[in-house]
Amino acid sequence: MTVKTLNAARPKLVLAAARYREVGLAFFILILIAAVSLRSPNFLTAANFQNIFLNISILIIVALAQTMVMITKGIDLSVGSMIGLVAMMVSFMIKIYPNFPIPVAVALGMGLGAVLGVFNGLIIAYGKVPPIIATLGTLSVYRGLVFLYSEGTWINAFEMSRTFKLLSKAAPLGLPNLVIFAIVAAVLVFFFLNHTRTGRDIYAVGSNPDAAQYAGIRKQRIIFTVYVLSGIACGLGGVLWASRFESAQTNTALGFELQTVAASIVGGVSTSGGVGTVPGVLLGALLLGIIQNSLTLVRISPFWQLAAQGLLILIAVVTDHLIQRGMQRRSG
Amino acid sequence: MVKVITGVHQPDGGEIILNGAPVHFSDARESRNAGIAAIYQELSLFPDLDVAENIFVGRQPIAQGGRIDWRKLYSQADQLLSSLGVHLDLKQKTRSLSIAQQQMVEIARAFSINARILIMDEPTSSLTLNEVADLFRLVRRLREDGTGIIFISHRLEELFEIADRVTVLRDGAYVATRPMSQVNREDLIRLMVGRTISNLFPKQTVEAGEVVLKVENLSRTGVFQNISFELRRGEILGMAGLVGAGRTDVARAIFGVEPPTSGSIQIDGQDVSITSPHQAMNLGLAYVPEDRQVHGLIPAMTIVSNISLPIINGFSTWGWLNRENERSSAFTSARQMEVRANNIWQKARELSGGNQQKVVLAKWLSTKPRILILDEPTRGIDVGTKAAVHELMSKLASEGMAILMISSELPEVLGMSDRIIVMREGIQTACFSRAEATQEKILHAATQAVNAGSAP
Repeated sequence: MTVKTLNAARPKLVLAAARYREVGLAFFILILIAAVSLRSPNFLTAANFQNIFLNISILIIVALAQTMVMITKGIDLSVGSMIGLVAMMVSFMIKIYPNFPIPVAVALGMGLGAVLGVFNGLIIAYGKVPPIIATLGTLSVYRGLVFLYSEGTWINAFEMSRTFKLLSKAAPLGLPNLVIFAIVAAVLVFFFLNHTRTGRDIYAVGSNPDAAQYAGIRKQRIIFTVYVLSGIACGLGGVLWASRFESAQTNTALGFELQTVAASIVGGVSTSGGVGTVPGVLLGALLLGIIQNSLTLVRISPFWQLAAQGLLILIAVVTDHLIQRGMQRRSG
Repeated sequence: MVKVITGVHQPDGGEIILNGAPVHFSDARESRNAGIAAIYQELSLFPDLDVAENIFVGRQPIAQGGRIDWRKLYSQADQLLSSLGVHLDLKQKTRSLSIAQQQMVEIARAFSINARILIMDEPTSSLTLNEVADLFRLVRRLREDGTGIIFISHRLEELFEIADRVTVLRDGAYVATRPMSQVNREDLIRLMVGRTISNLFPKQTVEAGEVVLKVENLSRTGVFQNISFELRRGEILGMAGLVGAGRTDVARAIFGVEPPTSGSIQIDGQDVSITSPHQAMNLGLAYVPEDRQVHGLIPAMTIVSNISLPIINGFSTWGWLNRENERSSAFTSARQMEVRANNIWQKARELSGGNQQKVVLAKWLSTKPRILILDEPTRGIDVGTKAAVHELMSKLASEGMAILMISSELPEVLGMSDRIIVMREGIQTACFSRAEATQEKILHAATQAVNAGSAP
């Protein structure tokens, strides 16, 4: 069967652009860095960038999970509440048992997150409730549990052990642990998505759910899995959040779900499923971190920051899109 | 039924006997492990994954530690495709492949399973004659290797060419099974429709009227060039060519979906520049697209909403929709088209291919067009509906409608058209009258350059 078409002879440039969507985004980030460093000498310094990376580490961990969910055409709106709940529960442990072993605390947090994720997964994969509705519901339920559990009280820095607070801040490997956690998460998710069957099944399910079923993929199981993974990521995120900010409050990580969705979408994840890469999400989170950081540095009024942040995200997405299209047209 | 055999859907009764023992498949994985592979009628590829991965999805070769062995996967895919004689870029996303190429990927996937039983549901519906011949060569090779093949097709010629035995189903019920050598074409059609179709192509001769659509030197850079033709009242103009020759692009350009870059379009002798489908509709054009699922229907909406979509403004006063008028109008259209459904509130996606096509036709005819563009109007629909569509076309033409019909099915082009133009790789290569057109002439024009100088 010989298939001759014009497609077969498409120039390499198009293929490169189609395969590496991140190019446009990286380009925009470089321009932004150049622009901000002209305005502020304090921006392009090792210390400041370490600060940026510290700020986006938890975002990266949770956005990676959000990305996996979104590749299956889903969305997990409950991530902020899961982080808040886990942060509160683990902090209580630390408060009551000051000598609580830290690795166990991390494992406990991830375990709690997994339980919350299982609940989401069951409702969505087997209860067939649309993800946006299911997780909008659990967003409120989990946040409500934070209030019930804490009875409205906060846990403050003085109630936490030093070792727990150091969990995120110590830097035995030269980089703060928090950043190490994010790097390890990125490597693991990259390997999982690109080099395991389950990982590839996630793309298959999002790309064409019916075809996935015909191909013998257990669609429900895959969907269930991504929500559990999201819960686990939020569990880890919750522990790290409490350690980094040295507190657990009823409004911890309130609204965080929107940041994770923004990082994913800016990073090229498609809301219609099937598309999304780890490098893309890392760049998406980096862009968000740089924007937040630089708006303060170039002294934009705090009243304007939120609007400016949104505007820059929109510009990034549009630029990326235009670059994509331009490349395709020039070579097509 | 294919989906029941492969375990995607569960049977309500009866049993499947494999090698003498009853079996039960609860999902597609189990049937695959039992050696059953299927190529479904609706393409079931993953548009965001590349060619090689589509072939091996769900059973990628695994190296140590549960890691996917990508190198092995690509080399196996490469071997497989070259043994099939298919040339595709393994790393290309299937989203950007043509339908024929996508089908090749599906076939490669089915072959890669080394199935003992291969079910092919309308595998040839979007292939050209050459591709079909290649496919048949493969099918014969598999048969000689001992693979049992269930070949589902609406194209009777193919069955005579490839099948040993034939089973006829009608409206979901078993009709008969015969050795192929003991039936002829008429027998089969009788079994399929339950009655004799006296004339396969009910084309009436209509006196062509004045020119309603005139296209001159229409071009879209890089897609098609210098297309010129006239379409008259009451005329059916066939447009033949291989898949990917640019016929659909011409239709889309005329309908304003992707406007042409140069050339002119005249309607009733007036120069028009059509830049949107909305404008095209106001000028009396209607376009029934090739891909029902994507462009023709909104699968999640009801039959009523689908039919009334282009004329919805006619049912509203000051923005208030008169539901009753909408319903009765859609009901009349659906009844005229003999759409078979439980009721008109059924979702379009629940209908069979033939009935979906009837809904699409009802929808466009409700705009009362004067110029109707049909793109593969009978692709993937059953013989009965096909005949109904042909009859409808003939009737519309006799009432004065001008019809441009794109079709890859030569008997259809020859049987229904008053005149036929042929395209190849974006160029118009020939124009025949009904009397002078033959299968050979069209194929020749569709595959070879007539004036070699104009090849791109």
